[in-house]
Amino acid sequence: MSVPLNILFWVVVIPGTVILGLVACWIVRKVSALVQWRVGPPLCQPLYDIMKLMGKEILVPQDAQRTVFMAAPLVGLAGVLLLSMMLWRITVAQTAFIGDIIVAIYLMVLPSLALILGSSASGSPHAAIGTSREMKLVMGYELSLVLAFIVVIIKTGGQLDLATIAQQAPALSISGMLAFLVALLCVQAKLGFVPFDIAEAETEVAGGVLIEYSGALLAVWKVMHAVMLVALPLFLVTVFLGGFGTTGWSLVWGIGKYVLIVVLLILIKNTNPRVRIDQAMKFFWFYCGIALVAAIILATIGSYYGIGWL
Amino acid sequence: MSWKIWSLKKSPWVFHVNAGACNNCDIEIVNLLTPKFDVERLGIKLVGSPRHADALLVTGVGTRQAVPRLKEVYRQTAKPCVVFLVGACSCGTGIFHEGYHVEGPVDKIIREEDPNAIIAYVPGCPPKPEAMISGIVKALSAL
Repeated sequence: MSVPLNILFWVVVIPGTVILGLVACWIVRKVSALVQWRVGPPLCQPLYDIMKLMGKEILVPQDAQRTVFMAAPLVGLAGVLLLSMMLWRITVAQTAFIGDIIVAIYLMVLPSLALILGSSASGSPHAAIGTSREMKLVMGYELSLVLAFIVVIIKTGGQLDLATIAQQAPALSISGMLAFLVALLCVQAKLGFVPFDIAEAETEVAGGVLIEYSGALLAVWKVMHAVMLVALPLFLVTVFLGGFGTTGWSLVWGIGKYVLIVVLLILIKNTNPRVRIDQAMKFFWFYCGIALVAAIILATIGSYYGIGWL
Repeated sequence: MSWKIWSLKKSPWVFHVNAGACNNCDIEIVNLLTPKFDVERLGIKLVGSPRHADALLVTGVGTRQAVPRLKEVYRQTAKPCVVFLVGACSCGTGIFHEGYHVEGPVDKIIREEDPNAIIAYVPGCPPKPEAMISGIVKALSAL
């Protein structure tokens, strides 16, 4: 890429990611509507929602810890934007540093952490229930997610930088496939999609963690969620499915892989009822744990004896 | 028309307040969200918290027990917001007129809280979902 084009790319990449995220939000709502035999919202609906929330009054509860309450959405948005920037850098510029998969894992925790901080600062009992559920959920899926990435690291021969991992496709083996499926479910929980939307459960705790947010702060949460909808599937593509090309057929193939992951997430969302928090913990620690231990053993045997498909 | 009002018309999120209704209007409101009427294509979404809402769908006469809560919910709604009075009871107390438990028509209670509140009336016992959609469209085009 020539220098002016390169600079232009890095200028438009953040607004571009946000717009892509809003489109992904629309895809989620539209496909859900089609599954339920409805028409669904128009393409610009997520944009209208954000615009409307930006124009509304911001209410801060009397008991809230004001600074944390106002800063938490911005921290979450900053974390997830940084994650997407790292992924674009690996995808487009093919540059990475050793250990960036670990940095990415940390950045992926940041939105949930910001959500926990913001909602516990709001001083609302409903938000407190939501916070406690979100905390348990994070502890539940984070272990499985890290174990799934350890499978990838073993499969790729101890590589710790994403650009090298993205050259290979660990999901094309038994252990890699197991790890990919578990990581997909962890991403489902990270996005707060239906079987794991325990923290936001609108019918039980009336919005849970987000209950006290209004106006522009709620809009920032919505934008954060939209960007997560781009960054997390893109991360899965980079780690498990052999990355995203930038030219010709590899670009089309990369978009295909991204759409495949998003559609899988939407179908899981639309065909499952919400689970209780104890069921979610049991699922992630017990069932996913067994699958991942099996995957790690297979991957270790495979890399020791040089068997690619294990 | 400012961009705030324009975008409010494009995505009115509603919160459902029961101020002592017999549950008939509430069932019709739930009907509104079924695939047959599909109000999401107009950007209408039912939300769980009044702080997220742009419109309050109030059903019921406004009983003595419900009135303080109704006022609290109105204060918690982020402005600008619209109040929809759904059903004969909330429009003008209906068959419970001058009942011992009735605090007054809901519009009077809302006006006590905020004299400039935007209030739309959808009469009927219960109103049909089509009537509610028509009421929402009329109220939003009057903004």
